[in-house]
Amino acid sequence: MNTLVGTGFLTRLVLRRERVQLTAWLAVIALLAVGTAASFAQLYPTQQGRAEFAASLQGNPVFLALTGPMFDLTTLGGMTAWRVAGIGSLLAAFMAVFTVVRHTRADEENGRLELLGAGVVGRRAPLTAPLLTVFGAGLVLALVVGGALTAKGLPAAGSFALGLGFAGAAWVFGALAAVTAQLSQSARAATGIAAGVVVLTFLMRALGDSTGADWLSWISPIGWTQQVRAFADERWWVLALPLVTTSLLVALAYVLVARRDLGGGLLATRPGPARASASLRGSFGLAWRLHRASLLSWLISVVVLGLVLGALAESVSDVLRTSDQLQRILAALGGSKGVVDLFLAAMLSIVGLVGAVYAVQSTLRARGEESAQRAEPVLTASVGRTRWFGGHLVFAFGGTALLMAVVGAAMGLAHGLRAGDLGGELPRVLAGALVQIPAAWVLAGLAAALTGVLPRAVGLAWAVLVVFFLLGQLGQMLQLSQWLLDVSPFTHVPKLPGGEFTAQPLCWMVAVTVVLTAVGLIGFRRRDLG
Amino acid sequence: MTTAISVSGLRKSFGRARALDGLDLTVTTGEVHGFLGPNGAGKSTTIRVLLGLLRADGGTAELLGGDPWREATQLHRRLAYVPGDVTLWPSLTGGEVIDLLGRLRGGLNQGRRAELLERFELDPTKKGRTYSKGNRQKVALVAALASEAELLILDEPTSGLDPLMEEVFRECVAQERDAGRTVLLSSHILAEVEALCDRVSIIRNGQTVETGTLAELRHLTRTSITAELGAEPTGLAELPGVHDLDVQGTRVKLEVDTAELDAVLRRLTEFGVRGLTSQPPTLEELFLRHYTDEVRA
Ligand SMILES: Nc1ncnc2c1ncn2[C@@H]1O[C@H](COP(=O)(O)OP(=O)(O)OP(=O)(O)O)[C@@H](O)[C@H]1O
Ligand SMILES: [Mg+2]
Repeated sequence: MNTLVGTGFLTRLVLRRERVQLTAWLAVIALLAVGTAASFAQLYPTQQGRAEFAASLQGNPVFLALTGPMFDLTTLGGMTAWRVAGIGSLLAAFMAVFTVVRHTRADEENGRLELLGAGVVGRRAPLTAPLLTVFGAGLVLALVVGGALTAKGLPAAGSFALGLGFAGAAWVFGALAAVTAQLSQSARAATGIAAGVVVLTFLMRALGDSTGADWLSWISPIGWTQQVRAFADERWWVLALPLVTTSLLVALAYVLVARRDLGGGLLATRPGPARASASLRGSFGLAWRLHRASLLSWLISVVVLGLVLGALAESVSDVLRTSDQLQRILAALGGSKGVVDLFLAAMLSIVGLVGAVYAVQSTLRARGEESAQRAEPVLTASVGRTRWFGGHLVFAFGGTALLMAVVGAAMGLAHGLRAGDLGGELPRVLAGALVQIPAAWVLAGLAAALTGVLPRAVGLAWAVLVVFFLLGQLGQMLQLSQWLLDVSPFTHVPKLPGGEFTAQPLCWMVAVTVVLTAVGLIGFRRRDLG
Repeated sequence: MTTAISVSGLRKSFGRARALDGLDLTVTTGEVHGFLGPNGAGKSTTIRVLLGLLRADGGTAELLGGDPWREATQLHRRLAYVPGDVTLWPSLTGGEVIDLLGRLRGGLNQGRRAELLERFELDPTKKGRTYSKGNRQKVALVAALASEAELLILDEPTSGLDPLMEEVFRECVAQERDAGRTVLLSSHILAEVEALCDRVSIIRNGQTVETGTLAELRHLTRTSITAELGAEPTGLAELPGVHDLDVQGTRVKLEVDTAELDAVLRRLTEFGVRGLTSQPPTLEELFLRHYTDEVRA
């Protein structure tokens, strides 16, 4: 087993470097579960209150899509599991992806792994150490969530079933990231592909749960956490699915790692042009070259996303026609058009978050270039700082707007064709996507401001995005105070189609974005680089 | 003679750590100026201040007659910079990077570009991520040397180059000097400094400890002398500048400050010199003395 020599040492190193971030992730996920349970306990202390709560939600496709299948909403445990299973799994999955890529491909890219590889470290050790870390983190998560919920008085079986569901998501996606880290040569792409699959599996179960296409939920690792049915007659065998999947992915990662060189991908890099083309001129041309590939793959992803969501929107109301009780819900929600609009608006709010992810990622590209010392050659070649930073910001802001327009058009097109009213539906859906732009921009502005003023803390932009996401998902249901909800720009986005359009909040968001960006640009002119 | 770079009393701290502590540096137009000092002395920090990447806490710095912080963009048209650790864009080829940097600076000598690629044996079609350390360095060197810049700022530019390429680099810099360009060369390779530099500045702990031509600096160090005399010598120990005196009968070993060499030799001849070997200070000794904390009595 000499290919594993040094695994223990490397694992300790990973743990050391990740101690703050991993602890933060675990704390957020555990607090999410415990906080939700506590709020529900306070809001719905009686059996009757919970029954009313259940009756008001049962069968509502919007909540099925955003949150998950409702197995038993009459107990505190059942409510909690329903509310947090999806989001908790999503967060656990991202935790795993970021951790694994950071210690595999990213370390390889910046040469840190080479430094270690020269020591006594087996071939498989650098991959094994982050995987062990993530598997361990998953177990700790299961124990913490299970223990904390049990301590709050919920049944132990359900508590630990939910915790293990989260752990399963962390394991599967940690293993998936181990595979994508072998396939692509850049950490950015490895993270991008794995995170894309996370989002995709979340959407798969959203569609499966809301349109009755159960198989979609059953092939989604995020769906598995829900299908364990914590607090609702647990199906323990479902936990075998993440275990088997994880084993297969880990095996695949080991096969791949044995077939490639350190620093290399599976595809050999081909030579390129000896001369720069006419378009590679100026810092803007360079920024375009750097953002091009990423923007293109985002565009393709959101087109697919938009087409699928649009094509399935009509099915949401079909499901509600299947029984008398559901018919009543349908009527209460404003008929089939009302339900479809609600569903579209809910999906578009997720799309807006996806746009914010791109906005933050592409804005932080500038800081990434700076940290990698690739800003220096440009900035010492007669390019002003504002010009250089501005070049990246153009792609951050423009790219975000373009993504939202494209996803809105794709979704509107598919939905319009299916509903047989392309001319009527396309503009409505497109508008619903376009109103997300200013909210996503606020996060790009925040990332720009951090880059200019607090370059060492740019990661805060991601943390804020996670907070906004949680506020949007949980805020209303947990009846958090309005001022807290108001902090998130996404609270102020008009709920289109179907909702009322007001321009004022959008103008405010644009103004905030302008101020934040200006702070960033000015700060960037004044500070030390490096 | 005009000055290309003039720095005085430069100070820069990173948090608590003081990187520059009143550094002085003057580079005359048209000279190749060696910039030396032990690791962490503050060479790169000085260069980064001169490039407008860092903002000094105090002191003055002038570059090509302008303020390196406020007039960075204009000044950068007239200089080219090669860092000691070049990172390239993984997806751009070396040729693309050379062209891009040239265009940003407002021009590249095409003939020179082709010539340099050949002399450095650099394949411009490889992608950034596939270059070796030395080849990454060459990309930056070609981009800088093929530019029309009047000032070259090179921070350990040959780290990673093999001896053959190191030789090519020396020829190129010598050419640049003959063409009238000014070069600030930070380096740890003493042979390179000796071969190329008109003047050197040695810094330590963020301060300039010595500056001058190599001949001037040599003058400040010791020559070691072994002599076989006709008679047993006396009074050598009292002479200024004599160190480590060791007299064994008529055989004498001593070290003497080069500035005092004349007086010591006169004295020795008084006892009749039968044999004499003298060793001038090597460059290594010269630098080691400045690099270590030992202070001359
Ligand atoms: N960004 C920074 N943050 C904190 N400290 C720094 C930073 N940059 C440099 N230093 C410190 O400033 C001092 C001078 O560093 P500098 O890189 O200028 O040394 P150097 O003379 O170039 O050394 P070398 O020969 O190793 O290249 C060192 O003590 C270094 O640790
Ligand atoms: Mg240095």
